[in-house]
Amino acid sequence: MSQNDGKNGDPLVRVENLTKHFSVRIGAYGETKATVHALDEVSFDVQRGETLGLVGESGCGKSTAGLTLLQLHRPTSGKVFFDDSEVTGLSDKELRPLRRRMQIIFQDPYSTLSPRMTVGNAIGEPLWLHELASGQEAQERIAKLLDDVGLNPAFAFRYPHEFSGGQRQRVCIARALACEPEFIVCDEPISALDVSIQAQIINLLQDLQEEYHLTYLFIAHDLAVVRHISDRVAVMYLGRVVEMAPKEKLFDNPLHPYTNALLLSVPVPNPRQERQREHTVIQGNVPSAISPPSGCRFHPRCPLAFEPCDHEVPEWREVESGHWVACHAV
Amino acid sequence: MSVLLDVQGLQTRFRVRKGYVYAVNGVSFSLEEGETLGVVGESGCGKSVTMLSLVRLLPPAASIENGQVLLRGEDLLQLDLRHLRDVRGGQVGMIFQDPMTSLNPFINIGTQMSEPLIYHRGMSKKEALARSAELLEMVGIPDGEARLREYPHQFSGGMRQRVMIAMSMSCEPAVLIADEPTTALDVTIQAQIVELVKELRDRSGVAVIWITHDLSVVAGIADRVIVMYAGYIVEEAPVDALFEDPRHPYTVGLMGALPSLEGETGTRLTTIGGSPPDLEELPDYCPFHTRCPYAIDRCRTENPMLEPVADASDRGHRAACWVDIREVAVQSNGAGASS
Repeated sequence: MSQNDGKNGDPLVRVENLTKHFSVRIGAYGETKATVHALDEVSFDVQRGETLGLVGESGCGKSTAGLTLLQLHRPTSGKVFFDDSEVTGLSDKELRPLRRRMQIIFQDPYSTLSPRMTVGNAIGEPLWLHELASGQEAQERIAKLLDDVGLNPAFAFRYPHEFSGGQRQRVCIARALACEPEFIVCDEPISALDVSIQAQIINLLQDLQEEYHLTYLFIAHDLAVVRHISDRVAVMYLGRVVEMAPKEKLFDNPLHPYTNALLLSVPVPNPRQERQREHTVIQGNVPSAISPPSGCRFHPRCPLAFEPCDHEVPEWREVESGHWVACHAV
Repeated sequence: MSVLLDVQGLQTRFRVRKGYVYAVNGVSFSLEEGETLGVVGESGCGKSVTMLSLVRLLPPAASIENGQVLLRGEDLLQLDLRHLRDVRGGQVGMIFQDPMTSLNPFINIGTQMSEPLIYHRGMSKKEALARSAELLEMVGIPDGEARLREYPHQFSGGMRQRVMIAMSMSCEPAVLIADEPTTALDVTIQAQIVELVKELRDRSGVAVIWITHDLSVVAGIADRVIVMYAGYIVEEAPVDALFEDPRHPYTVGLMGALPSLEGETGTRLTTIGGSPPDLEELPDYCPFHTRCPYAIDRCRTENPMLEPVADASDRGHRAACWVDIREVAVQSNGAGASS
């Protein structure tokens, strides 16, 4: 699907130095103000028709990246362009027509559907809000959408509690598709599902992408899933993107020590291979985003860390065509 | 090796408004001294309820209807509560999925860790604290003595799971039951915990029952694996045989559904259509037949028993299936979840 190597081909979404800080109060009585550096100077683009995978461990800012990109969080600084026009700084009203074109699917299909709303109404809501269809036409569209995601159109009159997790996620996908978006942020859409159901949803997302020429930002923590579904992959650590490359390059030739460590941590479903594999696990935990380490944020856990790493932020540079990395040691 | 734990015909059901949910339906397996048994299955397949039934740590709505659980010859299902308490945390250690909720937030780590040592080992408070500090260091938490005074919220998720492991191992159990101990953790932390448990196991010789939904984790840690579906064991095999020569269609489906970190990526994942059955009645048919691409008429009328598979490389390889799937060519079934 990707005809490009991350060059400025035909980006649908472009993110420049996107930063999002949250103010929080910490301490037993909330007496201390602090800043969570959820997202710091993140830049990437998503090409039309491709799937960009965004991976990282919990708290690395990957969901914040998705939400801030969609202006569901207002960025602290930085710019987001959608289809060549800037969306940062637009008012809610100005954003409304753009929201039709950018949708999101969330992780937990149990909490994202209102238990008091029939599935048909949940799917139809975007149609009515954006005044795309009404009456009989809307009903037909809802039936078509249910059919598209592999559900029986007669289910439109049922309530979410009658559905399993996988079916609910199908409903959420139908709702995201309702207003015919071009771009969908998939925020861990399969993490809450069982393995056999995960595969169904992955296949569905791929089929829909082909049929409707969708562009995905696919956020996940499961590297194997990301490798399966993405064209290009960006790896995040503690609020920054540390490496981005076409998936073959990233998985066959990871340059950043964190990417490498992540890949080594993933167990492989092959007992013989598992027994022979070297089990060098990275030590320690992800530090707090309230006081992230200076310089390269990975340096306290990095096996390659040397002199400049603890005070100089590594430059985000393209080491070979389409392969970006931020590391002093590369 | 000798048999440490022998479970026969275990049946557990839950009382619900409309009747019963049959969570565990006649499960039999054994565990040898020092062995690591992986238990794999999706949510609701009965894997956790089975293991909780072993030490009768069940919610009030659940009841064990049948079976025996012999730990070194003693039936845990017949023990009175006082003796059972000696087993729980003594001979049988447990680690649960969520380290955030399995520690008491109001009590410091030292007091929580000392409790089993005082109860099971008859140590004094002081001895127990000293031993707890050693245990913390053993599971890779440096400066154990100082950290004993801290509270759970001062530990990260991975660290809490280490504390749980230290506690469960503190009375030198014969069996360690680990119920999805890494599911709530990030992948780099998961790798640390898996390595830690392997190291402790190799050093102490404890037998481990490792419950997980993740086949990949089992590949790295288990000697033998049982696969559960709808409250039944559908396949049981040494780990190599299971991965190289799976015989139950459900196991095959699970493996096909896993995206891989190697090999081609353009392929579609094979899926298991539909979703697991609700267990409101005991089936007199194969519980997997509605989702099975190999199903024949017999599957709809008779529930297969777990029996040794044909031409097995290992005698311990058993599956509950009427069909020899090696003899049947099957077209992959698409996502048929619209029923």
